[in-house]
Amino acid sequence: MVDLIVLLVLITLGYLFGQWSERNHYRSIIEREQELNALPAIAIKFPPVSLSKPSTTLVMGSVVISVDYFKRFVAGLRNLVGGRVTSYETLLDRGRREAILRMKAEAAEIGATMVLNIKLETASISKGRKNAVGSIEVFAYGTAYIPAKKG
Amino acid sequence: MLITNLEVVPGRRVIDHLGLVQGSSVRAKHVGRDIMAGLKNIFGGELRGYTELLQESREEAIQRMQEQAEAIGANAVLNVRFSTSSVTQGAAELFAYGTAVTLE
Repeated sequence: MVDLIVLLVLITLGYLFGQWSERNHYRSIIEREQELNALPAIAIKFPPVSLSKPSTTLVMGSVVISVDYFKRFVAGLRNLVGGRVTSYETLLDRGRREAILRMKAEAAEIGATMVLNIKLETASISKGRKNAVGSIEVFAYGTAYIPAKKG
Repeated sequence: MLITNLEVVPGRRVIDHLGLVQGSSVRAKHVGRDIMAGLKNIFGGELRGYTELLQESREEAIQRMQEQAEAIGANAVLNVRFSTSSVTQGAAELFAYGTAVTLE
């Protein structure tokens, strides 16, 4: 009985805080994406041909993000019937977009106009611990392209 | 030292190819961070402690790679890649590798 109550409390807390933080996170992601829209991150391997000597440097962004208790519970139920696990889809989506944004922010700081050859890497943290799979690390990296200053 | 994950450097020519250089770092997190992460597992959201930890250790991996490149007389590392693997529970290895070259 006590176990059941604890479980219900955890699920409720997870639901309330999880929804709240996800909404906030998405709002901030969309806001920053619009700000950094002028700085494209593309996956081409060769820099555009130019006569001047642009400089390039590595930029990175990473985030470790965790799913809440409610969503993990729902994902557990979903495992029984199969199908799309929406609760993890949004987690990965948020993680990737956040990592790319951080990378872009770093590039914008050093005056880059674009980020070339971006690569994304996803790793699951705390794997192997019982019932604790639910946090992922997303790491984005690429080469910032800084055009030569004129004059 | 120029580090990039492109295969060429715009406007500069590679005059000498010195082979693969690598750097890695294995880190574990401390208990305080683990407890915070446990709480975050209920509420969801970013685990800042882990983000910082992984970032620091990735920087260390890059630095080791850079030291190795300097030791063999390179002035740039091209085509850098990263890889992450969890060694045991609570510890992760971050690995960076690339091609050391001399640019003109």
